[in-house]
Amino acid sequence: MHELAIAGHVVDIAARHADGRRVTKVYLKVGHLRQVVPSALSFSFDLVAEGTTVEGAELALEEVPAVGLCRKCGAETRLEAFPLQCGACGGLDLEITQGEDLYVESLEMEEQTTNNQKLTS
Amino acid sequence: MHRTAVKKVVLEGVLDANDALAQANRQQFDHAGNFVVNMMSSPGAGKTALLEHTLDRTLGKVRIGVLEGDVQTTLDADRLARFHTPIVQVNTDAGFGGECHLDANMVRFGLAELPLHDIDVLIIENVGNLVCPAEFKVGEDVRVMVYAVTEGEEKPLKYPLMFRSADLVLVNKVDLLPHLHFDMEKFLRNLDAVNPGVERIMTSAATGEGVDEWCSWLERRKG
Repeated sequence: MHELAIAGHVVDIAARHADGRRVTKVYLKVGHLRQVVPSALSFSFDLVAEGTTVEGAELALEEVPAVGLCRKCGAETRLEAFPLQCGACGGLDLEITQGEDLYVESLEMEEQTTNNQKLTS
Repeated sequence: MHRTAVKKVVLEGVLDANDALAQANRQQFDHAGNFVVNMMSSPGAGKTALLEHTLDRTLGKVRIGVLEGDVQTTLDADRLARFHTPIVQVNTDAGFGGECHLDANMVRFGLAELPLHDIDVLIIENVGNLVCPAEFKVGEDVRVMVYAVTEGEEKPLKYPLMFRSADLVLVNKVDLLPHLHFDMEKFLRNLDAVNPGVERIMTSAATGEGVDEWCSWLERRKG
């Protein structure tokens, strides 16, 4: 269940960037090779977000397909399963150019700060 | 009051905060001259048993320190106490119901308790888990994975994240092979499918097979 730990970091990042404003949507990019289970991540996200400014926000998860660049023949291959192999020459020495991503791309939030924040600022 | 939705571009890696702390750990290790091994496996694959052999063989030759990660208990640290080697136990249960891995911050706390300048090799025994520890760098030089033949041939394909990140795989419990329907060739084929050509050593913590080879590997890589 690394989804729980990942969700914790996503909520932290979103809350920090929103700086007191209520977050309504978080756009997350997840590479195909990260072995993340989307349903487990969404479930964990809702759980961890409770009681924070990210509570109730939607997690928009976009999977990034895996792509490898062959170091032997230079061909680019979309990688679905193991072994990660060049589609042109069958070589195994690939540079993974895409598919190991795991980052918060952007977020949507309300412009107003929450009442609590307003009182203290 | 009226509310408008605004969008903000973030572009921040989910593990950036952890990676930055791992880098800080790494600087501390480099400064003290430590070679650091992150040892990972599923529960019960034999990490602690192999560590016992390792400490036994290297006593007086290499100064090994151990950082034990477990969700609860100090059982593993207690097992290793007889070697009188610097050892610290980090329990992860302060996290959200007990974290299933060590992250850079937890390791950082543990380091404060270790005499790093009196250690050549620091072995970080991660929490037994085949998924989560692979995500979190802790500042290590190498990742060593312990894999027991009792786990079956197909695990590299099911848990590629960890198998891909390993620099060495210790294929453990080989003394049990005569009693198992384990197809070694198939396992190695699966291993090579996710991590082509990764170094591997056949070991048995029961008979001590392969332990010398593993200790030599450690000394060689330590430089």
